[in-house]
Amino acid sequence: MPDGAQAVLDVRGLQTVFKVRGGEVHAVNDVSFDLKAGELLGVVGESGSGKSVTMMSLLGLLPSPPADIRQGRVTFEGKDLLQVDPATLRDVRGGRIGFVFQDPMTSLNPVFTVGYQIMEPLRSHMNLSKSAARDRAQELLELVGIPSARARLDDYPHQFSGGMRQRVMIAIALACDPKVLIADEPTTALDVTIQAQIIELMKDLRDKLGMAVIWITHDLGVIAGIADRVMVMYGGQVVEQAPVKELFGNPKHPYTQALLTTIPKLSEERARRLTVIEGQPPILGEAPSACSFRDRCPRAIPICARRNPPRFEFGDRHDAACFVAAEVSDAG
Amino acid sequence: MLDETTPLVRIRDLKMHFPIYSGLFRRQTGAVKAVDGVSFDIQRGETLGLVGESGCGKSTCGRAVLRLYDITGGAIEIDGVEIGESSQSDLRRMRPTMQMVFQDPQASLNPRMTVEAIIREPLDEHTTLSKAEKSKKVLELMDAVGLNRRFAKRYPHAFSGGQRQRVGIARALALNPKFIVCDEPIAALDVSIQAQVVNLLEDLQEEFGLTYLFISHDLSMVRHIATRIAVMYLGKVVELAPRAPLYDAPLHPYTRALLSAVPEPDPAKAEARERIVLQGDVPSPANPPEGCNFCTRCPAVMDVCRRIDPTFQEVEPGRFVACHLYEDHASRAEKAEAHANQQGSNA
Repeated sequence: MPDGAQAVLDVRGLQTVFKVRGGEVHAVNDVSFDLKAGELLGVVGESGSGKSVTMMSLLGLLPSPPADIRQGRVTFEGKDLLQVDPATLRDVRGGRIGFVFQDPMTSLNPVFTVGYQIMEPLRSHMNLSKSAARDRAQELLELVGIPSARARLDDYPHQFSGGMRQRVMIAIALACDPKVLIADEPTTALDVTIQAQIIELMKDLRDKLGMAVIWITHDLGVIAGIADRVMVMYGGQVVEQAPVKELFGNPKHPYTQALLTTIPKLSEERARRLTVIEGQPPILGEAPSACSFRDRCPRAIPICARRNPPRFEFGDRHDAACFVAAEVSDAG
Repeated sequence: MLDETTPLVRIRDLKMHFPIYSGLFRRQTGAVKAVDGVSFDIQRGETLGLVGESGCGKSTCGRAVLRLYDITGGAIEIDGVEIGESSQSDLRRMRPTMQMVFQDPQASLNPRMTVEAIIREPLDEHTTLSKAEKSKKVLELMDAVGLNRRFAKRYPHAFSGGQRQRVGIARALALNPKFIVCDEPIAALDVSIQAQVVNLLEDLQEEFGLTYLFISHDLSMVRHIATRIAVMYLGKVVELAPRAPLYDAPLHPYTRALLSAVPEPDPAKAEARERIVLQGDVPSPANPPEGCNFCTRCPAVMDVCRRIDPTFQEVEPGRFVACHLYEDHASRAEKAEAHANQQGSNA
């Protein structure tokens, strides 16, 4: 859909390192991607693959120390977010870029009313008067489908169910009409029937408001139903990215292929045995000098242990970081 | 020895209510009906999947079956022994037969005990083996669950989530149980590790002839592992059927909605799919609605559903459902209208 549209967010060569006792953890290594206007980009990966840290790095949400953003450029509205002063960044966060976190229980403050928490960004970013902010807050609650919105503004988070709280979180993120919404595992803490409600709501809102969305999840099923384009992360790197149908229909990276076969699907014949990815995800003690998937990869060749594969192009907006898929000769 | 065809586990009208106390004198003012009249059998060597959303009572049910609670009512028969009313000392003698694997391997393993000590603990408690025999058995168990023997002296923190879950499984196997309740054993694990643990559980079942009650909210994984599936909603089993018919042609409107809500990892199918999006939230188990528990969200609701609680009955051989759509006293016209509503809500 948004082909040829301009990139609203452009991330190049992002590298984030955590200093820990006795060494470093290279959580994000040379991550580059862009986000087009109105596009929904799905980011998938297992825990520790660096998907959340990437997004938190580009908004300056990581405490430093221990986090250290070594390299990279994040271009948003003509500015490099990694270089701007804290005041500008604060304006961007919660204003032009909204954020929805995984756990709606812990990301709302239990001692303030829901109304207060929705009005907070409106008052600070848009300088609305109290009554104007209240009207807007009511509008937002109606937008995310909370019944009797006006009355519920004075309720506290504990008076809402999990799904309703996530709707409130979405309302807060949408408060200042963001250009980009980053949703970090927004449905993981919810039940499937509630998850279905939130997914329908997000699709609806995206169409209505025309914002670009980054949706982080470990659930390929959710991604298949909602994303335009998908980026797969493993060991702190982007291993593959492609438009959603291309990624599911023609995956290039062995990790993506393995992920797709390891989950049982309701629509398919029941397999007698599940396909397994042997071994454990890598420990990111140092910057990768070889392919981080090679120890678990069924198709690894000698070069995989010598060099970290760059991202090879496979046609329109499809790339994968794999020597085997790119048919690079082993002599190289 | 009991006849091989009798079920290993027989649950009848199991109830587990937690009292609510309030007011100055802490009088009991109500009860959370976490499990409210559940009945099922589990045959020897089979896996019964127990699915439902959070708060539906599936974990409470699993724990109550093993008598980790003093149950409010009902009968529990395991391997021919009625344990619903048994005292703690009688239960203790039964424990080797029935074991449990918990959801969170982080929380269910003592961080101050080595893996060897954790797996040996049930042997210390329930057997009179010598020290050497116990050590040998521990190492055998570690082999069986695919843990490297060299790690026996390490502590749980040195292991990854998947490996910790293997420790939990080895501990459950130590006393050669017949019946294991697996309470969300893979929910805390990454997708690439989930398949490893599920395959292990299946291998062990084959090797040791185990019977599982597999509690999970992951419907695609349950379809893979379970022979029969019970679907719970708000403290009750709404549908119980063998795997194939349940997934191919679910009867209860809740089962249909639940299955249609499972995200399908295939964009083409995800588009084509008719999704039934249920409105609203699950009511509180402290204050369930009158009539059928699902009547507040059911797309096929009829008048009778708001008055009378449907009975859980066998509608086809081996298929049980609690829904007025499958009862005779609801008039034909009413059912037709309800079906039409349901079709309409799919579009």
